[in-house]
Amino acid sequence: MCAGLVRVVVSATALLLGTAAVASAQRDTARVPVSSDTLIDVSPTGPIRRVTDALARVADGGRIRIAAGVYREPTLVVERPVTLDGAKGAILDGEGKRGLLVVRAPSVTVRGLVFRNTGSSQTEDRAAVRFFEGADCTVEHNRFEDTFFALLLQEMQRCVVRHNVMRGMRGTQSRTANGVHLWSSEGVVVEDNIISGHRDGIYFEFASASVARRNTVTGSLRYGLHFMFSDDCRYEANRFEANQAGVAVMYAKRVHVVGNIFARNRGSAAYGLLLKDINDSEVRGNAFTDNTVGVVLEGSNRNVVRDNRFEANGWGLRLLANAQDNQVEGNLFARNLFDVGTNSRSSYSTMRGNHWDRYRGYDLDRDGAGDVPYAPVRLFALVVERAPAALVLVRSLVAGALDLAERVAPVLTPATLIDPAPLMRRPVLAPVQAGALSLDGRVTLTGRREAAPEEF
Amino acid sequence: MSTVQSPVWLGAQRATLETSVATPSGRTPSVVAAVFAAQWREIARNRWVLAYAIVLLLLTEALFQMGGSGVRALTSLLNLVLLLVPLVTSVFGVVYWYAAREFTELLLAQPVARRRLWWGLYLGLVVPLVAAFSVGLTLPLVWHRALDAETVRLLALYLGVGAALTASFGAAALWIGVRQDDRLRGLGLMLGLWFSAALAYDGVVVWLATAFSDWPLERPMLFAMLANPVDLARTALVLRLDSAALMGYTGAVMARTLGGGPGLAVSALGLALWIAGPVWLAVRAFRRKDF
Repeated sequence: MCAGLVRVVVSATALLLGTAAVASAQRDTARVPVSSDTLIDVSPTGPIRRVTDALARVADGGRIRIAAGVYREPTLVVERPVTLDGAKGAILDGEGKRGLLVVRAPSVTVRGLVFRNTGSSQTEDRAAVRFFEGADCTVEHNRFEDTFFALLLQEMQRCVVRHNVMRGMRGTQSRTANGVHLWSSEGVVVEDNIISGHRDGIYFEFASASVARRNTVTGSLRYGLHFMFSDDCRYEANRFEANQAGVAVMYAKRVHVVGNIFARNRGSAAYGLLLKDINDSEVRGNAFTDNTVGVVLEGSNRNVVRDNRFEANGWGLRLLANAQDNQVEGNLFARNLFDVGTNSRSSYSTMRGNHWDRYRGYDLDRDGAGDVPYAPVRLFALVVERAPAALVLVRSLVAGALDLAERVAPVLTPATLIDPAPLMRRPVLAPVQAGALSLDGRVTLTGRREAAPEEF
Repeated sequence: MSTVQSPVWLGAQRATLETSVATPSGRTPSVVAAVFAAQWREIARNRWVLAYAIVLLLLTEALFQMGGSGVRALTSLLNLVLLLVPLVTSVFGVVYWYAAREFTELLLAQPVARRRLWWGLYLGLVVPLVAAFSVGLTLPLVWHRALDAETVRLLALYLGVGAALTASFGAAALWIGVRQDDRLRGLGLMLGLWFSAALAYDGVVVWLATAFSDWPLERPMLFAMLANPVDLARTALVLRLDSAALMGYTGAVMARTLGGGPGLAVSALGLALWIAGPVWLAVRAFRRKDF
């Protein structure tokens, strides 16, 4: 009896729902032809003038070609695997009011489009292109202009983001967001992009096993590269230049930072590379040039800093006392105002076999390593650490006298922070070749001219 | 220093002055110009000024050979310039004053304004020293053809700063000379002044910075730098040399106040005050002095 009643109610509900579905399907058919296509052309003059319409009728795995023109449409939503292919001059414009493309499907490719003018938002993660919960996406040869987030990938796997040019909105940190933002994603490759003027150029947040390589990131309002909680990632041959706060990486393990250029990152809180709570990682073969601080190791343990060049920085390397068991080897230190800074008499990291341009020792047994250990922490650097205002006396005779006194009889500088075998000659380091194409379209060091999107 | 007291020396000056007074055209000659011309001729031949120029020249040359670029040579010269220029000016200035004492008294017997006489003496001291300094720094860079735009800008700054330090310490030397008749004591006082400004002052500043490191010291420190011509000269140069390093908070405050175009104007104004002050003191003392 009771069961019978339930059965009646259920079937009635199903009937009602079914009718509703049919009705809505009929309304849809009235607007757009049912037949779906594998190749659809959208153009301002053709039969299909809106990308929205093309998306509604495209078949799974189909392709939409977008001809030159400016398209001002509500935010596009992609819900099946398709390829969006923009011709030269195909522009999606957000009119300062909305994001442009939201993708909720796997295997979507977005290529050759210009995304522009999303406006900024404090209430939503407004992105020119936003991917959710998918996999195997490709975003290549696009241009992003005046976008809040340019590209936001959330819970994505195995995506490739390459050869895009991204230019953020002008204004303050709060008016602009990140260039490429990965959240909770895995196996993403971000390569050969040129990113400027965003808050963070590239931000990996809870990403794993991902790669950023050969990107050029300049003029970021905060960090050129920022990552947090992103283990097992690689950052190779990128160029991070003149970002307001340089590059900061935090809370990650087994990270490889190899062959990048960190240059001209200057400011009161700017670092070439700030490593905070980074463990078991590798910083190798990078060039740190003309930064306020080249590298900072804070709360970071068991890392290897090897074969890098530190040139013409304010501080070359800052090794804080809470960083333990790091190895600093085979690096070149030249023309830095302070080669090494620290905040304590104690240090639990080791230095060995670096080249220091201030080293004045000798090598009687001709084994290439100086016979006199080198203490790279100058007393004046320690004074400045304790009393930052003393920096006004930089290069004064008194600063020189303090250093000299300490060199003759070291009592204040860290006894453990000493290079026991400094290299007598400059190490021959592989030339660092990093970065994508430069912003004016010239070929940079990687020499990959053919990779450039046509219109630049 | 034997030359400065020889009768030949005084004779030459007197002769110069007489010829300039007896100009056939009957114009009243400028006292400043006449005294300056006499002193210039004398000092330009002085072997100490020559030695000063040659030492600077050799140092610049050597540093250029080692560093390989004009900017690097000048960077290495920083402390040398800051130490040597005030020291040489101090010692030479005091000795110069005492040596010219009889000549000065002779001129004071003539109807010439004391202020003008003083300016003649002052320029006669400062201009040859500045010339020696400029020649010593510039020539090696010229003959190595190292004068690219960057080097030229830095060199100009060095020459300006060097000239300002010479003018400031030169005036101080003449002031101490007027106030102190005892030569030895005068020299001692001047050396003490140099030591305080070039060395001891910074020591005190370091001590203050560490002792009061819990206070926001950025601005007081800036005033401390403005209050000493040697430090002012150094910060002006350092802000051009190490801009990357100086972008920490202290550096940022420093760069904003003393760096860049407006900052350079502030430095220049500060140095100008550091010339005007001693000059005013020295002129006043010279006018009031009962010889």
